[in-house]
Amino acid sequence: MSHALLPGQTRQGARILIGIAVALTLLIIVAPLAYIFVRAFSEGWRVYAQNILDPATLHAIWLTSMVAVIVVPINVAFGIAAAWAVAKHKFPGRGILVTIIEIPFSISPIIAGICYLLLYGRQGLLGPWLQANDLQVMFALPGIVLVTMFVTAPFVAREVLPLMQAQGTEQEEAAVTLGASGWQVFRRVTLPNIKWALLYGAVLCTARAVGEFGGVSVVSGNIRGQTNTLPLHVELLFNDLNAVGAFAAASTLTLIAVVALIVKSVLEGRRG
Amino acid sequence: MTAATAPIRAKRVMPGFTLSLGVTLLYLTFIVLIPILALILQGAEIGPARFWQIVSSPRAVAAFQVTLTAALVATLFNAVYGLLMAWVLVRYEFRGKRILDALMDVPFALPTAVAGLSLTALFSANGWFGGVLEAAGLQIVYTIWGIALAMAFTSVPFVVRTVQPVLEDMDPALEQAAITLGARPWAIFTRVVFPAILPAWLAGCTTAFARSLGEFGAIVFIAGNLPGRTEIAALLAFIRLEEFDYNGAAAIALVLLGFALILLIVSNFLQNWASRHREATR
Repeated sequence: MSHALLPGQTRQGARILIGIAVALTLLIIVAPLAYIFVRAFSEGWRVYAQNILDPATLHAIWLTSMVAVIVVPINVAFGIAAAWAVAKHKFPGRGILVTIIEIPFSISPIIAGICYLLLYGRQGLLGPWLQANDLQVMFALPGIVLVTMFVTAPFVAREVLPLMQAQGTEQEEAAVTLGASGWQVFRRVTLPNIKWALLYGAVLCTARAVGEFGGVSVVSGNIRGQTNTLPLHVELLFNDLNAVGAFAAASTLTLIAVVALIVKSVLEGRRG
Repeated sequence: MTAATAPIRAKRVMPGFTLSLGVTLLYLTFIVLIPILALILQGAEIGPARFWQIVSSPRAVAAFQVTLTAALVATLFNAVYGLLMAWVLVRYEFRGKRILDALMDVPFALPTAVAGLSLTALFSANGWFGGVLEAAGLQIVYTIWGIALAMAFTSVPFVVRTVQPVLEDMDPALEQAAITLGARPWAIFTRVVFPAILPAWLAGCTTAFARSLGEFGAIVFIAGNLPGRTEIAALLAFIRLEEFDYNGAAAIALVLLGFALILLIVSNFLQNWASRHREATR
């Protein structure tokens, strides 16, 4: 897309603006990103490996992976269902539904954590019932999973929804007219159209799920070696004044974020 | 066209309506709405007098002030930086543009705790930036500036990503007409370009502000968390919870929830305005 050069939007003017933009981005975004790896490897590969292979860190990595493995598929299913309902049908209250889907996006994760604690905690609404049935939700894996589900709920839906809306329903209607079943329509017609957006949504959801901090810190109880997810472990190491260890643990999370961004760039190139 | 196909749609040709809507409503009810209801019920139990007493206590007021001030500073920064980035990414061709574009999503993908850790180390006395700034007499870490910095970092993508598509869609003819009529560049920007992107820009700023108010992970590292000075509202709620003062936590959380919902409504309104506006200036 080429725009006409405004008068004064000269080469020189453009260069100055690009220069400021690049400089600011280097300072604000690239430096913090690079610094994580610089500090993680500041005492060499061997110390880095030791830090990663520390049992507490390995356990945190395992726990965080478990959370992602449970949350992401559920969220993908929810995202597809929500996008299908909203984009392919007309019904009253559609706008309200979209706003409700967006709620977790604008609520502080800390508030989400407090909500869950007030619901499932010992003094919470369901607390007595859970205790009577010997079910542990708070300060255990289920609580961490539930809060992460809350926080990441909009991620897949908001990637898939606009695309489904833009594509309309003609193709699906044609397939139905030709006798395809609902499941066939989805798999053969809709899914191929949305697969890249879906993949990107899933990748973003994964990045957000493994990185969730505020909500999880409320409901996990921070039990070392038990309910300490990777981001919480980073904080723990930092508070222990083990900065290099904290940066080593943080580097694994950073790697996931970088992969997510690369996937996004590649997919955008594909979508054209 | 939509009017012509409407009668057909009314017969619900599309399959899976009940299933998809059912799954969506069930999920939203159990994962989102019931937990929020639990918070509201807890708040209702407190009673208005006690509620007011909690949220108007000096420590809570200070926490709200710190949070709002820092969020405002962060949003002002992103309002300018985001606009600049959107402009540069849409209007110019240069080497490394795609990388610069991809970098805008870093704060979105990077866990906030990791961002907080890195920014804290970077801006403390022995970090890359901290040393230089300290020599100049500027202290960032453990001050409100640190909080604003963490908020600014985590909310970078919002302004860029809302303004970018609108700028891409803008009809070049509008600007060309202005050029033909002899408008100067600054006049073209303020009278033609800026009004066209204003709704989207405001919507982006609102989302960035909401995100800053709710930010926690990045801030607890850099803030120093001194009650009354650098303690944000979300952290105060968290501390009340750890003291088993559930009413105290719920009251502060409810105020933050109220802010979040109001800002969500404002941003939705602005986005609707922006998309209507976009149709008109296309």
